Amino acid sequence: MSLRIIRKGLLDTIQDGGRFGFQHLGINPGGVSDPVAHYVANALVGNVAGEPVLEMHYPAPQIQFLTDCMIAISGANFTPLLNDTDVENDCTILIKAGSILRFAGQVWGVCACLAVRGGFAVKPWLASKSTNLKAGAGGFAGRALLTGDVLPFANSLPNHLGGKSGAGSWRANVSALYNRGNIRCVAGAEYDLLTPAARQNLDRGSFAITGRSDRMGYQLEGPPLSVQVDTSLISTGVTGGTIQLLPNGRLIVLMADHQTTGGYPRIAHVIRADLPSLAQKRAGEAVQFEFVDIATAEQALLIQHRHLLQLKNACNFRLAAAFGN
Amino acid sequence: MTLTNPYEIFQVGDHAITVAFGNEIDAHINGLVINFFDELKANPIPCVVDLIPAYASLTIVYDIVSIWQVQQQRSASEWIKADVLNRLSHLTDAYRPAGSLKRIPVCYAPSLAPDLDYVASTHQLTTNEVITLHTAHVYRVYMLGFLPGFPYLATVHPKIATPRKAQPRKLVPAGSVGIAGEQTGIYALPSPGGWQLIGQTPVQMFKPDGEQPVALSPGDQVQFYSISLQEFNHLKA
Repeated sequence: MSLRIIRKGLLDTIQDGGRFGFQHLGINPGGVSDPVAHYVANALVGNVAGEPVLEMHYPAPQIQFLTDCMIAISGANFTPLLNDTDVENDCTILIKAGSILRFAGQVWGVCACLAVRGGFAVKPWLASKSTNLKAGAGGFAGRALLTGDVLPFANSLPNHLGGKSGAGSWRANVSALYNRGNIRCVAGAEYDLLTPAARQNLDRGSFAITGRSDRMGYQLEGPPLSVQVDTSLISTGVTGGTIQLLPNGRLIVLMADHQTTGGYPRIAHVIRADLPSLAQKRAGEAVQFEFVDIATAEQALLIQHRHLLQLKNACNFRLAAAFGN
Repeated sequence: MTLTNPYEIFQVGDHAITVAFGNEIDAHINGLVINFFDELKANPIPCVVDLIPAYASLTIVYDIVSIWQVQQQRSASEWIKADVLNRLSHLTDAYRPAGSLKRIPVCYAPSLAPDLDYVASTHQLTTNEVITLHTAHVYRVYMLGFLPGFPYLATVHPKIATPRKAQPRKLVPAGSVGIAGEQTGIYALPSPGGWQLIGQTPVQMFKPDGEQPVALSPGDQVQFYSISLQEFNHLKA
């Protein structure tokens, strides 16, 4: 039970919800860039939340499935083709052994999650199956997948596929899970150091994601921002979504592979509920921020979480009706 | 003795808070940070997923969804803050003895120390004087960060304190020992980096497959000792 990478993509790694509990050693959490896509892909194949998935960027890989299996793709839409026939994101897809999955074009988003029913069989490292590229550990051999790699399945769930193939007749509606409007954030500890003009620019200005953006952080270009006093800060803990002001006046938003500590002013933090939406924005796309308070930020995550739970219940119901498991 | 040192608590996004005891590199303040870190490791706050001790602060990362599963009366942020304040009220100023002393060999040979000449000439010292000053001092591991297993050690003798390079290197070899301002540190992994490189240790500071992947812990003490290129190659082999 496995799949083979026929042609590697730009960056294909095994990721789960992240490696927590080791940041005091400088070991960052990593994990999927888009936790919503991670959750949805697993739900569509009946996996427990948190199973590792294959996270892909564009150009995405060409994959051959060596056994019958059930998969789902969520997150970025890279125009998936199964044996040259269109299949959709956010569907349960049944695969016959020998089938080839490839991707014909980047329609929306940056990273897609591919889940397989029963999960991928990789060894945990420090309690997580996420690939930490910097440490060269976790996931599949501590590295991105290469052409020729065979990725085994864990088969932790029964698979009564009855020789069917193709996509399920239903599709999860994920549109409400992403925020296509302003990216909401809360003020950071050094927000007050910004000049009044900088605060206005941050609140009302439009920022563009630059090409120097990756799983570590997204760099933004926009109206000038500066601090009133040039305070030098000693390093403190940072987290996913932290927006730091670099000495060149640019902003960097810390993403999944962020460092554990930083010494640049933390002017704001993207809220958890909107991090998936930001993660899916491509270089050149515009970002506008909107400041909210902590209560609003928590409420937004609660709404998203409930929505995901409902989606998972619906998936379980459909899977049971279609396959009896 | 109860805690007399002032502190500040601030949110780090919607899922973490930082308790800052100051904004300076000071062994006493860092002792408080590590006291608090040890306390929260020994008696964990439910729903906390990570603790990040830094020079003068401890960042507490929590899982908002798990907190709702525990209680719905208060926001996750208020619930965590109440627990943290309660813990702080039991924290003491008691001096925390530094952790175990680790002696780390460093080869200061020119081929492994591309910035040693620069550091020496900046301070009108000979390279041998720089090495003597770098190895004379027992440093404290204030924190780990930047890279898995990268220790921030301080404070170096003012005579060898040197600002970071204006243009960071694209690739610093693993084991490189550098200086940045009054800090010294070890690149546990190959990485881009801007510290002034004055030597290299043959010791593997980060072993992903080891029982303890990271050799040093916050609060440990470190002293470097100088080895020849021959010893370096022997130890590295």
